[in-house]
Amino acid sequence: MAKKPQIAADTRPWRDPAAKPFVRIRNVTKKFGDVAAVSDVSLDIYKGELFCLLGGSGSGKSTLLRMLAGFEQPTAGRIEIDGQDMTDAPPYNRPVNMMFQSYALFPHMNVEQNIAYGLKRDGLPKTEIAERVAELLTLVKLQDYGKRKPHQLSGGQRQRVALARALAKRPKLLLLDEPLGALDKKLREETQFELVKIQETLGVTFIVVTHDQEEAMSLATRIGVMNQGEIAMIGEPTDIYEFPNSRFVAGFIGSVNMVEGTVTEDEPDHVRISSAELGCDIHVGHGVDCAPEQILWWAIRPEKLHLSREKPANPFNANVTHGVVEDIGYLGDMSVYQVVLDSGKRLRVTQTNTVRGNPDAITWDEQVYVTWGDTSGSVLTV
Amino acid sequence: MRRSWFLPIAAALGFAFLYAPIVSLVIFSFNESRLVTVWSGFSTKWYGELFNDPQLLGAAWLSLQIAALSATIALVLGTLAAVALVRFRRFKGRTLFSGMVSAPLVMPDVITGLALLLLFVAMESTLGWPQGRGMLTIVIAHATFCTAYVCVVVQSRLSDFDRSLEEAAMDLGASPIRTFFDITLPIIAPALVSGWLLGFTLSLDDLVIASFVSGPGSSTLPMVIFSKVKLGVSPDVNALATIIIGIVALGVLAATILQLRARPKKARG
Repeated sequence: MAKKPQIAADTRPWRDPAAKPFVRIRNVTKKFGDVAAVSDVSLDIYKGELFCLLGGSGSGKSTLLRMLAGFEQPTAGRIEIDGQDMTDAPPYNRPVNMMFQSYALFPHMNVEQNIAYGLKRDGLPKTEIAERVAELLTLVKLQDYGKRKPHQLSGGQRQRVALARALAKRPKLLLLDEPLGALDKKLREETQFELVKIQETLGVTFIVVTHDQEEAMSLATRIGVMNQGEIAMIGEPTDIYEFPNSRFVAGFIGSVNMVEGTVTEDEPDHVRISSAELGCDIHVGHGVDCAPEQILWWAIRPEKLHLSREKPANPFNANVTHGVVEDIGYLGDMSVYQVVLDSGKRLRVTQTNTVRGNPDAITWDEQVYVTWGDTSGSVLTV
Repeated sequence: MRRSWFLPIAAALGFAFLYAPIVSLVIFSFNESRLVTVWSGFSTKWYGELFNDPQLLGAAWLSLQIAALSATIALVLGTLAAVALVRFRRFKGRTLFSGMVSAPLVMPDVITGLALLLLFVAMESTLGWPQGRGMLTIVIAHATFCTAYVCVVVQSRLSDFDRSLEEAAMDLGASPIRTFFDITLPIIAPALVSGWLLGFTLSLDDLVIASFVSGPGSSTLPMVIFSKVKLGVSPDVNALATIIIGIVALGVLAATILQLRARPKKARG
């Protein structure tokens, strides 16, 4: 399901400072009354990308999308699409189409008429419209449903009609507002896969708004995490997950253990952080931009922690702490352990269940050591 | 489980209570005898007589004109009011406006009629318009209370109108005007038609308000019937009433059907 590096690693345009962005959002702010829904957002999106705007409700992601579509006017800032300033262009004059969260299918038109609507507005000849509609129906696998009205379709079928309609005019940029939000889990996974396939086949640039981080991680070439109207971080899914730039991003994506600590050693090749909460020192095997005595946060994902009964070797006299297993959640493929440290702090640890029905597995109320590699955690200063 | 007899019987009695008078009226409109209460054989002669009565026919024609005109005026005003109430969520005096728009629904006709009469008289003496009372004043009066009905009907349709439909049309290249005619109008059209029909039947029905604001030579059909009945019920009134019931029933039926169809169908799946 993961987005194949169709854009090969060495040609990822966002890594090339000379690449020309396809969509440029520059210092865009949108205020409703006194409240800034989007504040000073700058963002470059490149051709062929599947960019996800990820955020909770009220984070401004939908407002940003609506400004790209032309339904909202930015209070300040400019929006450029394909080299042209589109900030003040009305929605019907933009090379952009949108797929709505509610699908917004016209209830008084059948599937074909819905898909043909945009083509008719362009004044295409009838035969060409018919050809394109047929083509799109095949693309979304709804060949036999052309004469149906939207209310005679299932949720998943409606979603595909909405996609076909949005693609009909061959837009340079397609905006998708929670495209899979209204589908149930199983259908969502299938559709997700299809969406990526269609995007790759057509080479259209997609900007997807979603609140579902799994969806964003598996769809996107890059993710923009939004928080309170600002972009908290932009990066590839792995960057966002493994190298979050702030406590917000670390906590928003996936689950994370976060502790507060004080820098005791600040060397170019390593850093030592003492954390009372953790009950041990943290040895970080790379340099960090910080100062001695600085208070900062250290975050580590549950799957990067290991449990053992015997005390493991620790050459740096760090990265090993001790606790009691308080709770275990068995998920089949893995188990989630909740370990209470001597300080009272709880750590979440996941262990893959590699042995079937392991009788020797660590169980409730056992004394355990928790350990991790010296580059497994992220040091966060904000 | 044994089916209870209570509910069917209650329903039958309820319907009898509501419709027995109307049914008897319809039956007696086909009575041969001049005496309204004595059945003496089937005949349609009163219908023939009715169509030879210029007074009744003139009044019927006037009523139809008034109903059509006032329903049309009410449709425009009521739709505008509904759009203002639904689309501009917040404006100064919204609550007041929304209350005032629906007030005529509960206002007693006598008071509405009296108030309008006083207004027309005052306007005539200060502005010189409208001169005297007649069809124009009745149309204005009927339009005022029909506006309230139209507004309520259109408002309910507009409030469950998904704005993203209009946005989708614009997104696909339709200008705002095009969007209105392609998307908005077809979707709210059933509500507009049913609002108009409702206004039309209400206006056709009205006796009280019309009596207040009509002038010499502008008696509407209900007024003529009422004055005839005061002199004794004549069978041709029965015939006329039967025709009116037929028209009103058709109007209400059409309005109801359209109103039902206007509601978005329950989404499946």
